[in-house]
Amino acid sequence: MELKTGLYNCHLAAGGKMVPFAGFMLPVQYESGIIAEHNAVRTKAGIFDVSHMGEIFIEGEDALNNLNNILTNDFTDMADGQARYTLMCNIEGGTVDDLLVYRISSRKYMLVLNAANCEKDIRWIYDHLSGSAVLSDVSAETGLIALQGPCSEEILWRVTDSGNIPGNYYHFIENGKVAGVNCLISRTGYTGEKGFELYMPADKSPLVWNALLKAGKPFGLIPCGLGARDTLRLEAAMPLYGHELSETITPLEAGLRFAVKMNKEDFIGKSALKSNPDFIRVGLKMNGKGVARENTPLYAGEKQIGIVTSGTYAPFLKYPVAMARIDARIAEIHTKVEADVRGRRIVAEVVPMPFYIK
Amino acid sequence: MKNELLFTKSHEWILFSDATTAKVGITDHAQHALGDLVYVGLPQAGTAVEKRQSIVELESVKAASEVFSPVTGEISRVNEELTDNPERINESPYESWIVEIGGITDREEMMSTEEYEAFCAEEE
Repeated sequence: MELKTGLYNCHLAAGGKMVPFAGFMLPVQYESGIIAEHNAVRTKAGIFDVSHMGEIFIEGEDALNNLNNILTNDFTDMADGQARYTLMCNIEGGTVDDLLVYRISSRKYMLVLNAANCEKDIRWIYDHLSGSAVLSDVSAETGLIALQGPCSEEILWRVTDSGNIPGNYYHFIENGKVAGVNCLISRTGYTGEKGFELYMPADKSPLVWNALLKAGKPFGLIPCGLGARDTLRLEAAMPLYGHELSETITPLEAGLRFAVKMNKEDFIGKSALKSNPDFIRVGLKMNGKGVARENTPLYAGEKQIGIVTSGTYAPFLKYPVAMARIDARIAEIHTKVEADVRGRRIVAEVVPMPFYIK
Repeated sequence: MKNELLFTKSHEWILFSDATTAKVGITDHAQHALGDLVYVGLPQAGTAVEKRQSIVELESVKAASEVFSPVTGEISRVNEELTDNPERINESPYESWIVEIGGITDREEMMSTEEYEAFCAEEE
């Protein structure tokens, strides 16, 4: 039985096509469809219910030491009000999850986890905590709305005080008020566009959702579903756990070196990480019109050299793109490979990521 | 014989223009389930087809799908307009025929509009 987020009734009211996803009933799209939703975020604004994500706090004297041991990024130079992307590795260097760390204070951090990994992550972190540090899970009572798009800031102005709007990317205001609801307002997102993510008590999330819909209407804001969330992150070449990352794919194979601090004294998985992996993540532009989706095999001549991890038609760029895991020796930009799409060979070219740059 | 739309269980519509010639498209229910279409892979005119054979590839933003031939015959025409404008199928599924098949010698079981509506309601 799937759970409902605090916004379930808002989705029904907006004509959301509800599907089960990571244990929740969520809208895959609304009436306007994935392409319209995608392009609203690229040109105006959109809002997403991402309340399914997991949120936990790590608190205590040794919170920082624990994060630096369990996660791949370095958190020592963070200031209050900053957020940082990181990976969490297993002993073999594979990826347990990718997540965001928010520094509330030097002894209190919020971690945002992928919904499908939430239970696994909590067990993993709990099992590796040492010293004075306490984990608390607030996922069930936390609502999360992403407001994304070039008009997102102007829309936010209309529902909160300017002092509540973080000015820089990957910064946040802990106690902002949106439509009278206490929110953590974060300048982050998963679309490759300017935008914000608002964390709030789940039972109050409909108030914020409706206020944003109303304030955003003159700007062309529309609600967006999981379908557009996926095409937007793919166009921006952002990895998705279970596709570009997994327990057997390392962050370095996924090209996420910026979030793995090999200079740190130690962290779980460090000794197993290979600096020059045999397989790496690349971006592909399809030369034909067909779409190479997840698990499509890739060939150089008769030899299989990799596999597509995510692929779609990119609605803003108007051509099909994919991310793939391929033999590092042939991963150079402009290399041409062939995708076997149900028996038909389609030429694909290795291109720089992201596909879309705002 | 009255020309009326007939339907298959795999959500194609068929419109016969005479006893052995018919146009084939996908239903409103099918385009709705697929969402925004971005690619229509058409067969070549002149291709012989068997009933239940896959004849057209469809790609929407979220999924790949196929159109199955409801009849045995030969592709006589394809709607080239869809190559550059696959969204026409979403906009007007019953006006956007995909292929025309001639020389029809066999056909699968088909439903009337009422039967098809009942079938869709049951599938939901």
